[in-house]
Amino acid sequence: MKTGSVRKIFIVLVSLLMALGLVSLAAGCGRQESSAEQQGSYALHDPEVRFKIATTTSLYDTGLWYILEPLFEKYANVEMDIIYAGTGIALEYGRRGDVDAVIVHDKAAEDKFIDEGYGINRRNFGYNFFLIAGPESDPAGIKGSTAADAFKKIFEAGMKDPGSVKFVSRGDNSGTHSKEKLIWKSAGFNYEDIQGSGDWYVEAGKGMGPTLLMANEMGAYVLADISTFLSYNLKNPLNITTLVEQDAIFLNVYAAIAINPEKNSGAKIDIANKFINWLMSEEVQSVLATYGEAEYGRSLFNPIARGQEDGSANLPGFPPVEAYTVPVPEYTR
Amino acid sequence: MEEIWNGLVKALQLIFTFDPEVMQVAWLSIRVAVTSVLIASIICLPLGSLIHFNNFRGKRVLISIIQTFYSVPTVTVGLFVFILFSNKGPLGGLDILFTPTVMVIGQVILVLPILTGLTITGLNGVDKTITDTARSLGASNWQTATAIIREARFAVTAAVILAFGRAISEVGLALMVGGNIRGFTRVLTTAISLETSKGDIELSLALGIILIFIALVVNIVMNRIQQRQ
Repeated sequence: MKTGSVRKIFIVLVSLLMALGLVSLAAGCGRQESSAEQQGSYALHDPEVRFKIATTTSLYDTGLWYILEPLFEKYANVEMDIIYAGTGIALEYGRRGDVDAVIVHDKAAEDKFIDEGYGINRRNFGYNFFLIAGPESDPAGIKGSTAADAFKKIFEAGMKDPGSVKFVSRGDNSGTHSKEKLIWKSAGFNYEDIQGSGDWYVEAGKGMGPTLLMANEMGAYVLADISTFLSYNLKNPLNITTLVEQDAIFLNVYAAIAINPEKNSGAKIDIANKFINWLMSEEVQSVLATYGEAEYGRSLFNPIARGQEDGSANLPGFPPVEAYTVPVPEYTR
Repeated sequence: MEEIWNGLVKALQLIFTFDPEVMQVAWLSIRVAVTSVLIASIICLPLGSLIHFNNFRGKRVLISIIQTFYSVPTVTVGLFVFILFSNKGPLGGLDILFTPTVMVIGQVILVLPILTGLTITGLNGVDKTITDTARSLGASNWQTATAIIREARFAVTAAVILAFGRAISEVGLALMVGGNIRGFTRVLTTAISLETSKGDIELSLALGIILIFIALVVNIVMNRIQQRQ
């Protein structure tokens, strides 16, 4: 009987505490706003208009977006939100309409995304190449082979001696992972057979940087994009080294795709279109042409326009001219 | 070992030069964690005491369920909140995915079980003896309730500190629903994860040290408050 009233009093007390908490919360919020104003450098450009994109990790890890983001924010007067995601998850964000545009590098997955009606106005704006890195001792003897032959040799040596020959895969449905599957296919393998074949095949399930680090620690072979490999190597000198490059299959093309507003009514198609055209503009193309030159002695990405000059445009898989020179038309609802 | 030393030096540099980006990231970490723990406390302390002071069918089962959720993975909470607030999800219309607001909501959900459960445990620990003693000394109902709170405050403060620790150190949820957007939803843990994948090991270590430093300050403040009560 008496515990009943103890309970009531207790509840009253706690409610009082609650009220106090709310008041302090409100006061705290007010203070936060004023201090945000003082931090002028992080003021939002126009908080009303937020433009969200999901971008492939290699463009982010190399720091390219740190340069491009403020340029586009100024150009379009929007606040740009860049979400760092591998191609697989980036396209998933796009399907759900959680972003307004995606930057990806997986032709087959992009085609599917566009066929399903989620993406429109794909334009390719840059490219570079993959490479196969591995320990200097090269236990599988792949140096100088083609990509397909190298994979074949790694498989055979790995099956024979999984203790000393290993291959670390991204294993995360990223664009790099898709390219890896493509190379296995071109080497005459069924990817499912590779996955379960033995200890030599290691699925990291991580981004490019951590996968490189893992391969480095294990003395394993790894497929990497050249930009992440170079920038990672500069910060943390790796023991693994480039063994195979310059194969047509290594071509790695970056594409921007707008989210179809007919599938996701909230998608900001006008800004997305502006963004895609901007990526193909002289301004961005010249940033791409030189980005990384000072640090690495070579640019990390090639502007798509350069394909004509250096002959990359003749490689199978290089996008046709109209896929990167024709501006995106204005969208009318 | 050298890397750890360099990380420590870098952490001190970043703190004392007031590096604006690091300050902003750290400040958001504090803001999100403190706000979510505060909101969760407002919900959990009364909820815990309600459960404790009432006897009802299934009370034990309920407490077991709450305690089971102590071990819910942060990334699972993240996935749940993501599906809820994604554009195509039931609350997608609010358009708050990839904002600090949704990170707070996620962290509130994350720490709810710990705070509620430990409040119940805390009250359990003192209730009987204190109630009896107070009563035998002729205390009124009001005085008895005050006595219970007074005695349970150590356990409840510990619960709040633990909840804060879980909130500020989690990375799966912040990454999933916050999106790790630079200058907007990037917090210390997601910055550590990004810098590690970019290969900036020293900076990652430094950010980790800063996070621990924040936890230290918060702990000192909480203990001060507890002693003053």
